[in-house]
Amino acid sequence: MALDQSFVGRSYPPSAPYEVGREKIREFAEAVGDANPAYVDPEAAEALGHPDVIAPPTFVFSITYKAAAVVIEDPQLGLDYSRVVHGDQKFAYRRPVRAGDRLTVTSTIEAVKSMAGNDILDIRGEVHDEAGEHVVTAWTKLVARAAEEA
Amino acid sequence: MTAKIAYDDVEVGTELPAGTFPVTRAALVRYAGASGDFNPIHWNEKFAKEVGLPDVIAHGMFTMAEAIRVVTDWTGDPAAVVEYGVRFTKPVVVPNDDEGAVIEVSGKVAAKLDDRTVRVDLLATSGGQKVLGMSRAVVRLD
Repeated sequence: MALDQSFVGRSYPPSAPYEVGREKIREFAEAVGDANPAYVDPEAAEALGHPDVIAPPTFVFSITYKAAAVVIEDPQLGLDYSRVVHGDQKFAYRRPVRAGDRLTVTSTIEAVKSMAGNDILDIRGEVHDEAGEHVVTAWTKLVARAAEEA
Repeated sequence: MTAKIAYDDVEVGTELPAGTFPVTRAALVRYAGASGDFNPIHWNEKFAKEVGLPDVIAHGMFTMAEAIRVVTDWTGDPAAVVEYGVRFTKPVVVPNDDEGAVIEVSGKVAAKLDDRTVRVDLLATSGGQKVLGMSRAVVRLD
């Protein structure tokens, strides 16, 4: 069944703060095989003008995706998560995520569409630091494939 | 932000050094742990096949993370990336052998924009097939 259009524009309360740790950034950088010293060496990061090690560009998805659960699991929305695939992903960065950040995410449903029985959901996650400054915006397109008719 | 590439030194059509990124089952398990995405389609062959996939597939976000390395290796400072977006067009299938799969990424400057930024268009393929569509980054240069 098509998702309810009235959910477009709905925002959810901000997620609990996520504290970005140096070792978590290191773990992520190693997992993607990226040896850029800005991810692991505070002095190398400082030489580039950063106050501490920074995270790879896609690191923040682990935080925004968890925060998007508030939308995905909204029983009123009724998304069939077992049929969901990730369609598109985009980020716009004000500054890089860095160690020591305490980040909250506010998720908003930007668009709801139905195409050929597929439900398409665009979620925007606005990421802010502890001082309330904007850090990055993440746009996630989820596609719930049409269920086979019994 | 201290990119090692100067805006004035690049032109539309400038090619970035290409990258070749291997992806094995072990890499996917590590990525699952590091990212917190434990969806079994990325590590459990039986489950992946039951939901209609040919085999275990790489996380789209893993592929996205590899593709941007062509840009961050080029600029030196990853903070030079001010925008980055992709479409997940085809999954990277990762067989359970010593080889796994390989993601090949090339990029070129597609446009020079205002504010000393350029748009880089990326091409990511695996096994000769395009795996990311509309893969673009806006990059601020010195």
